[in-house]
Amino acid sequence: MRHLLSVDDLSVDQVEAIFETAAEMHDVQHRDVKKLPALRGRTVVNMFFEDSTRTRSSFEIAGKWLSADVINISAKGSSASKGESLRDTVLTVCAMGVDGLVVRHPASGSARQVSEWVDAAVVNAGDGTHEHPTQALLDAYTLQRRLGSLEGRHVAIVGDLTHSRVFRSNVLCLTKLGARVTVVAPPTLMPAGVAAWSAAAGFETSYDLDAVLPHADAVMMLRVQRERMSGAFFPSAREYTVGYGLTRDRLRLLRPDVPICHPGPMNRGLEIAADAADAAQSAVLEQVSSGLAVRMSVLYHLLAGEEA
Amino acid sequence: MPATAPGRTVLDGRDIARAMTRISHEILERNKGATDLILLGLHTRGVPLARRIADGIAGVEGVPVAVGELDVTMYRDDLRSQPTRRAHKTQLPAGGIDGKVVVLVDDVLFSGRTIRAALDALADLGRPAAVRLAVLVDRGHRELPIRADHVGKNLPSARSERVSVRLAEVDGTDEVTIS
Repeated sequence: MRHLLSVDDLSVDQVEAIFETAAEMHDVQHRDVKKLPALRGRTVVNMFFEDSTRTRSSFEIAGKWLSADVINISAKGSSASKGESLRDTVLTVCAMGVDGLVVRHPASGSARQVSEWVDAAVVNAGDGTHEHPTQALLDAYTLQRRLGSLEGRHVAIVGDLTHSRVFRSNVLCLTKLGARVTVVAPPTLMPAGVAAWSAAAGFETSYDLDAVLPHADAVMMLRVQRERMSGAFFPSAREYTVGYGLTRDRLRLLRPDVPICHPGPMNRGLEIAADAADAAQSAVLEQVSSGLAVRMSVLYHLLAGEEA
Repeated sequence: MPATAPGRTVLDGRDIARAMTRISHEILERNKGATDLILLGLHTRGVPLARRIADGIAGVEGVPVAVGELDVTMYRDDLRSQPTRRAHKTQLPAGGIDGKVVVLVDDVLFSGRTIRAALDALADLGRPAAVRLAVLVDRGHRELPIRADHVGKNLPSARSERVSVRLAEVDGTDEVTIS
């Protein structure tokens, strides 16, 4: 594995290897000494050209627990805000001898572009509305731990699909692992061309959340991404919640053992009610701790072995 | 069905059983009993060996001995010169290793680098009262100042020779061969 740009680049074997290592990394969180020496002397730079709390801090802690030196660069306060091009910023950072580059950027395809400019291993930490592979891996890892296996299990992905890179990566990852996926959204937030893609990739689409929930083995709520919305995709927040929010009433449609996931940050009261987010079956905080283990595993697989 | 390994058999199943029985007694004698004892097997073949020693001790003393497994992958000094290694499980007995006598158990002692990695891993996991080393085969060629406390068999070997340990739990049969 040279880079992690898209879930599509990974074989099932590679995904399983990442999960296997993640399971070992998971234990480190409960130790007194939260440190493994595997990436000693390696340098990882987090380049975040878009806001992030959990992904950036998760990669930062993951790198540090593996003993790598981790540096954070964000668009605000870097030369990018002075008008430097992405290529120049990346080449400048890599000229300092960086081994791994974790990139988040608002342009779809930017991570792949960056990987063509540099020798360092590149991890896509979210490129526009395209992909967010480590999120999909950690979601699948969390669900696999909860459900045992994903083979034949039915996962509902609900919400703002048009603007969601998490949705795209998750569909790729979950179907790869044998899960049956149904995506649910209001017609205005269903991505263009989804019919052709769902037919090719083998997932289902629905506009009726109430019909899907009783048959789900897991449900994944996505954030309504207002910052990416230029037009009016739904009349009001209230109307969105009534049609597509996981409300207290809808919670009753789920079996009590069905994990509820949300990649965060949550808009409580919009796409997910507090009753659902804080329910015993909620996996939201598990996703965060699994995310750390999965990112440690990804960094380990990219940076620990010999140069490819 | 166990495949046959090439080369000369230096220990067969009965030799291995005798060696493990002797090591069980040695550990007990050295530790003056089975109290505060933890047997920590190193992946892959140290783990079943640690269980066998534990069974041996339990047979003599009539008390169960704590067994764990230790994976040293993250602590190896050759990670960068090999394809990415898969990690295995590290599992310590409940209560941890603080203040306990930890006996590391491995199949072959060679360069000593695995044991060096294991000592580093132990330091991150707690502070044992003492750490000792039990191995089935010591084939020499140490690259670090490390020696075993309990040895099943000293096996003089050329550096170029290959010593293979096969155990029933992993490989379907018990034997040590050199080729």
